[in-house]
Amino acid sequence: MSETAHEAGGTGPSHRAVEAGVAIVIGLFGVIAVIGSLRVGIGWADDGPMAGFFPFYIGVIIILSSLVNLYTVLFATSGDQGLFATWDQLGKVTSVVIPTAIYVGIMPYIGIYVASALLIGIFMLWLGKYRWTIAIPVALLVPVLTFFFFERWFLVPLPKGPLERLLGLYA
Amino acid sequence: MFDDLGNLMYGFSVVLQPHNILLMVVGIVLGVIVGVLPGLGGANGVAILLPLTFSMSPTSAIIMLSCIYWGALFGGAITSILFNIPGEPWSVATTFDGYPMAQQGRAGEALTAAFTSSFVGALFAVIMITLVAPLVASFALRFGPAEIFSVYFLAFCSFVGLSKEPPFKTIAAMMLGFGLGAVGLDQVTGQLRLTFGFETLLGGFDFLIAVIGLFGIGEILLTMEEGLSFRGKSAKISLAVVIKTWKELPRYWLLSLRSCLIGCWMGISPAGATPASFMSYGIAKRISKRGHNFGKGEIEGVVAPETAAHAAGTAALLPMLALGVPGSPTAAVLLGGLLIWGLQPGPLLFVEQTEFVWGLIASMYMGNIVGLIVVLTCVPLFAAILRVPFSVIAPIILVLCAIGAYTVNNNSFDVVMMLVFGIAGYFMKKTNYPMAPMVLAIVLGDKAEESFRQSLLGSQGSLGVFFSNALVSTVMTLGLIALFWPLISRAMDLVLRRGSAARA
Repeated sequence: MSETAHEAGGTGPSHRAVEAGVAIVIGLFGVIAVIGSLRVGIGWADDGPMAGFFPFYIGVIIILSSLVNLYTVLFATSGDQGLFATWDQLGKVTSVVIPTAIYVGIMPYIGIYVASALLIGIFMLWLGKYRWTIAIPVALLVPVLTFFFFERWFLVPLPKGPLERLLGLYA
Repeated sequence: MFDDLGNLMYGFSVVLQPHNILLMVVGIVLGVIVGVLPGLGGANGVAILLPLTFSMSPTSAIIMLSCIYWGALFGGAITSILFNIPGEPWSVATTFDGYPMAQQGRAGEALTAAFTSSFVGALFAVIMITLVAPLVASFALRFGPAEIFSVYFLAFCSFVGLSKEPPFKTIAAMMLGFGLGAVGLDQVTGQLRLTFGFETLLGGFDFLIAVIGLFGIGEILLTMEEGLSFRGKSAKISLAVVIKTWKELPRYWLLSLRSCLIGCWMGISPAGATPASFMSYGIAKRISKRGHNFGKGEIEGVVAPETAAHAAGTAALLPMLALGVPGSPTAAVLLGGLLIWGLQPGPLLFVEQTEFVWGLIASMYMGNIVGLIVVLTCVPLFAAILRVPFSVIAPIILVLCAIGAYTVNNNSFDVVMMLVFGIAGYFMKKTNYPMAPMVLAIVLGDKAEESFRQSLLGSQGSLGVFFSNALVSTVMTLGLIALFWPLISRAMDLVLRRGSAARA
């Protein structure tokens, strides 16, 4: 894949390919719904329709409409629909998704406050190119404010980790 | 009728308690912030802040949440006019004339016009709700399962007929929502289904998680991709400008009235605020004497979409309250809130929870008045928020979304699901799958299925029950017309074109 810029500003996956992919994925969900419904029974029992009755037909409609969408995008739409996004743009999106995925993954273990401080700090330092003299205070201030707002004023408990245990902050 | 008036007065006495007024102001301010920031819209703003209300009484809770909604509606106009960035989809049409006005140094005038017409639109819709909702509710009390299902059917079919997305994409997204809603415990038989042995799926998919993921995370990813940098006009509203604009506005009363009617109509049907604002703008442009000037900074071009958007946004609460069928994703989130507080939305609400219903309706009046005052006085403050760079705002919004998702069920797995929904939302949005019908299907899936199965039980499995009396057949037929509307309108187009070709 060459990185030379088109007039549109770079290369990337085509809109058509992504759209076909989305249609297929949604269709697969329909297949899953049909299989799951068949397991619990889609027929008519003594006490009325069985548990799989409704989701079975939902699944069938998902499959059929996804087939129509797939057909539309592959055969019934003419011409080049351009790029879904440039690799550069997708890179930016990934640079949000990956830190967020890590954040979501470590949250149950180290608590939401420490994880949030890390997320905000890293985000500002890495993506925002801030100096640490600005990034660190913001990263610390937001979780502290969150703590007072949620746990103290609105009495909503949030996940905590070793640090909070150390500080004795158990609500 | 007089009962209702008394109830409304009682509602006002509830709303005017000091701590409720405080909650109202807090709600409006939070709402405007939510509306101004990218990635936080009305629906997921309310969803994130919903857990804050768990410790409140339902009436106080709904006052604060509905005020967040009004605030979000007001907030969208600020970004549209000053930054040419619609904070919400329904304020896209406001950018057409609002931003040119700001460029000409008439930002204060545009903002005043926008806020005032928002207020007028909302007020019109609230009055309509006050008068109509009790009637609809008392009528709907007689509904059996077949009638209830037919109303759901009409609501969902309207999405297919009215949305600008391709019909089969709307159907696919909607059915996906129904499918996700069906996962977990079957309400009727108590049997587990579609869980495939995963314990985390026992409880099914919570639609609040879907809302936060689809609308919140998905929106941040989109904003990131576009690499937005905000460069806006400065905003100051002086009292002189406000009074000058207010003197000018009554001239457009006919335009306002028309926009109100469009908004109410589109709001009650699930089409929502966004098409209402476009339609109102389009019609105003065609009818107005100064139509050729639209797009160059015409005040009528701000009044029309803002009035309609607010009327629609407010009117969307009518079917939610009276029938239990929300007219917009945000109304759906509010409906989810009612369920969490142990209130059953629908016609019985008017009989059993009088204090709650009329408290809510009274808070719509008060909330919009408070909202108008807050936004008129605090615009520079809110505009300053947008000047904070996105690399600071984005992680904070991510944190807020995570908190919102966690607190729905105090479950860490929900936060993972939120991210999954977010990524799905990014792809669906970019490939034109509408998300509102999907969210509504997740919320209403269980209820629609229950009424469907109960109707079939009564009729021994015959679909004829949905055409067994005049009422249910009418609603079902309307639904079918809405469902096949794309086909019908194409056929009518063909016939008309052939007709005109034959004449020519």
